[in-house]
Amino acid sequence: MRPLGRLDTVAGALAALRQGEVGASALAERALARAAEHAALNALVTSSPERAFAAASAAAGSTGALAGIPFVHKDLFCTAGLRTTCASKILDGFVPPYDATVAERLDRAGAVLVGKANMDEFAMGSSNENSAFGPARNPWDVARVPGGSSGGSAALVAAGVVPFATGSDTGGSVRQPAALCGITGLKPTYGRVSRHGMIAYASSLDQAGVLAHTAEDCAHVLAAIAGADPRDATCSARPVDDYVGALGAGVAGLRIGVVAQFFGDGIDPAVAASAREALAALEAAGAVLVDVSLPTLPLSIPAYYVLAPAEASSNLARYDGVRYGHRAEPVADLAELYARSRAEGFGTEVKRRILAGTYVLSAGYYDAYYRRAQRVRRLIADDFARAFESVDLLAGPTTPGTAFRLGEKTDDPLAMYAADVNTVAVNLAGLPAVSLPAPHVGGLPTGLQLIGPAFGEARLLATGHALQQRTDWHAVLPGGGA
Amino acid sequence: MSGGWQAVIGLECHVQLMTRSKMFSGASTAYGAEPNTQACGVDVALPGTLPVPNGEAVRMAVRFGLAVGARVREVSVFARKNYFYPDLPKGYQISQYEEPIVEGGTVRVRGEDGRAFDVPLVRAHLEEDAGKSVHDAFHGSTGIDLNRAGTPLLEVVTEPALHSAADAAAYMKALHQLVVWLGICDGNLQEGSFRCDANVSVRRGADAPLGTRAEIKNVNSFRFVEKAIEYEIERQIRELEAGRAIVQETRLYDETRHQTRSMRGKESAHDYRYFPDPDLPPLVLPDGLLDAERAALPELPEARRARYESALGLSAYDAEQLTLARGIADCFEAVLAHLPGQAKLAANWVLGELAAALNAAGLAHGEGPVSPAALAGLLRRIVDGTLSGKLAKDVFAAMWAGEGDADAVIAARGLGQISDDGALIAAIDAVLAANPKQSEQFRAGDEKVFTWLVGQVMKATRGKANPARLNELLRARLSP
Repeated sequence: MRPLGRLDTVAGALAALRQGEVGASALAERALARAAEHAALNALVTSSPERAFAAASAAAGSTGALAGIPFVHKDLFCTAGLRTTCASKILDGFVPPYDATVAERLDRAGAVLVGKANMDEFAMGSSNENSAFGPARNPWDVARVPGGSSGGSAALVAAGVVPFATGSDTGGSVRQPAALCGITGLKPTYGRVSRHGMIAYASSLDQAGVLAHTAEDCAHVLAAIAGADPRDATCSARPVDDYVGALGAGVAGLRIGVVAQFFGDGIDPAVAASAREALAALEAAGAVLVDVSLPTLPLSIPAYYVLAPAEASSNLARYDGVRYGHRAEPVADLAELYARSRAEGFGTEVKRRILAGTYVLSAGYYDAYYRRAQRVRRLIADDFARAFESVDLLAGPTTPGTAFRLGEKTDDPLAMYAADVNTVAVNLAGLPAVSLPAPHVGGLPTGLQLIGPAFGEARLLATGHALQQRTDWHAVLPGGGA
Repeated sequence: MSGGWQAVIGLECHVQLMTRSKMFSGASTAYGAEPNTQACGVDVALPGTLPVPNGEAVRMAVRFGLAVGARVREVSVFARKNYFYPDLPKGYQISQYEEPIVEGGTVRVRGEDGRAFDVPLVRAHLEEDAGKSVHDAFHGSTGIDLNRAGTPLLEVVTEPALHSAADAAAYMKALHQLVVWLGICDGNLQEGSFRCDANVSVRRGADAPLGTRAEIKNVNSFRFVEKAIEYEIERQIRELEAGRAIVQETRLYDETRHQTRSMRGKESAHDYRYFPDPDLPPLVLPDGLLDAERAALPELPEARRARYESALGLSAYDAEQLTLARGIADCFEAVLAHLPGQAKLAANWVLGELAAALNAAGLAHGEGPVSPAALAGLLRRIVDGTLSGKLAKDVFAAMWAGEGDADAVIAARGLGQISDDGALIAAIDAVLAANPKQSEQFRAGDEKVFTWLVGQVMKATRGKANPARLNELLRARLSP
């Protein structure tokens, strides 16, 4: 373990750059060198040094809010001219001709892209083991998973390679790996950040997010990427709050609902105790803890595993071997082109979800599965809305346990799905949430999840900041040295 | 129908909306460009691209809904229709399923026999078109042209309320006339801007339960729709009378053999797995859109046709011809606005001389060098006696050739009729003075010589004497 250094964080590196202690090119070089050092994490699938150094020299004269800060994109954000794989063989050879809105905005803010991060194929998974590039590993213990699906992003930030990374969160894919890697992960409100150019898994649940060491860093990055986008009809036109300016709001009198179901069956008592310890720190800082029950929460995993695969089965229909990506050759006819291109291109978990999604949308099953799951989704959203009538935020452990061993759950999809038991409801309700580092258990990180009402990111980040001002669970990196 | 059979027909017409850009992308909808030059990332379904609805297409759908007296939903829902085909880049078509923008309504139709009837609609919904497969251009493989992919369509679905091929064709014409009239479709059948699917079944009498239907796909001419349905009705009756069952299937119309043939049976029917498109929030009409469209709704062809007959006293034939297209009717009314009370004259010229000139030049009413105001200026010279009908045609030709307005042409060519009594009498007196013998013959009762004298005055005035007035004045001069 080593302490978090000044150049490991966005805020620290920005200050160092401003004061001339370091240059943008040196930061880029440092990130690339560390990436090489941590190659065993298998977290970076594409390195872009030329692009990084060009961006770093451009950043020297830039007034952008993130000018000179190195970062990686989860490899589902389209980057013009740089291959974008979704960690899938089906996108073999695909080089986007355009930038995702998130990529465009980070470029404009002067951030320096050093590469693309490993992930579960098409963001389907909770361990980063479903990747055409092989699994990424947890820097706290390379025999363990970093979580998923934004596993590569989390591992690279946790290992101190880059100060921040982008991620996407459909059922916990930012928060769960953040918790398992001991960093801060923000999943904004659905519609707060444009999905344009972020390759879809389940459109009604997908939301771009941020992985960094601190809530303060998440505020800096969210400020750069949030806001209306005419290219995404689901993106909100609501004005963007001043997340950085609101960081000092404090927690005095803040009512935090401690959700009983988040501490229920299947949650490792030690992990639950860590979350309670972090909550106690917030209480000591002036927050008021209130017991809350969300009775529909146990329905969230079944509802999610109907709705997300349904949308995915349709979203992934475009990967047909006709226009881009992997194409099976030679083939006798069209049916074989489709069948073989997709059979060869998609991995097992993606196929499983396409099949499940196709099934629940089929004639005769739609009402029993899809329509019913939509009703459940509404009930869950109503449950949250009711809770927010009496509290400002909701809380619980982010995950049921600490990082598990590679291969431990790969043969049991249901056990794997349970890793998201405390995170998926937030996506079903479209709410913002953050996972904050909590005390380690057995030498492994844990996370405290805070959930806010829609567009409550400023309050969430200010609360996280208050916690991190008083505690240092976020302020350690794996490994030795500094 | 023979044997007591009743045909039951429902039509689904695909009306291509004449927006500049596509239903969910900014790419152009212009027809005839090089393959794949008018398809952007959204149309090609690049990973990460998202659809954004075209507000103009929504306005056009609302206009249609109001014109047919339908219920226009303030909130409608886009749904995905999932199937694999190479010309469908996303693997699904964005359409509307459970909550379409337009529900109900009726289209007023005039049959060929002049009988008017209403065809009830089930719905009209917005959707995007697919691309095209190009089978002949490449050796042994098929090309895909995605220029058309994403073009906005309004699919208009009737109740199964039509009972003859002729009525179905008449409905198709009426709908075509209406959507062109509303300015939402260019109506170009050759380019596929207006296409029809027909669902046809037959049953024993009007009270029998509906028979099994066949769907005839993609017919783009009024005549072929009629022929295809006629054939299909006969085929089904033949099958049933031979004791065979009708199979629910999709059939294609063979334009050269005038037959329908099976394309795919029900056993291979798609399960489209419709579900609400999660990339598109429910479509909520912007505030004021319904009211604005209602206020801007043009008077519809049937209403105008009735008004032309009752208020303007035009014949049924003229009223029908004038309302075949909004451009014709608008042109007629613009002429009439400058020439109050002369509806018949205006109608004759708009449908006659003007239409002929426009046709010859390949232009439509509202285009061409002679404006409605200019045409009214010409007609005014007929009304006031300056021009005979025959001279007016010459003046019109000169106007068309760009020689100026009617009065300028009349002045430049000295074409005006002499209707002024003083001038006419001077000319008459000169002729009578030069021909005393003929005057005497007339006075002695030789009626034939009158025509000769008229001819002499016409000759002296180079044909410009107003013939009616000349007759009156000459007779008065010759009377004892």
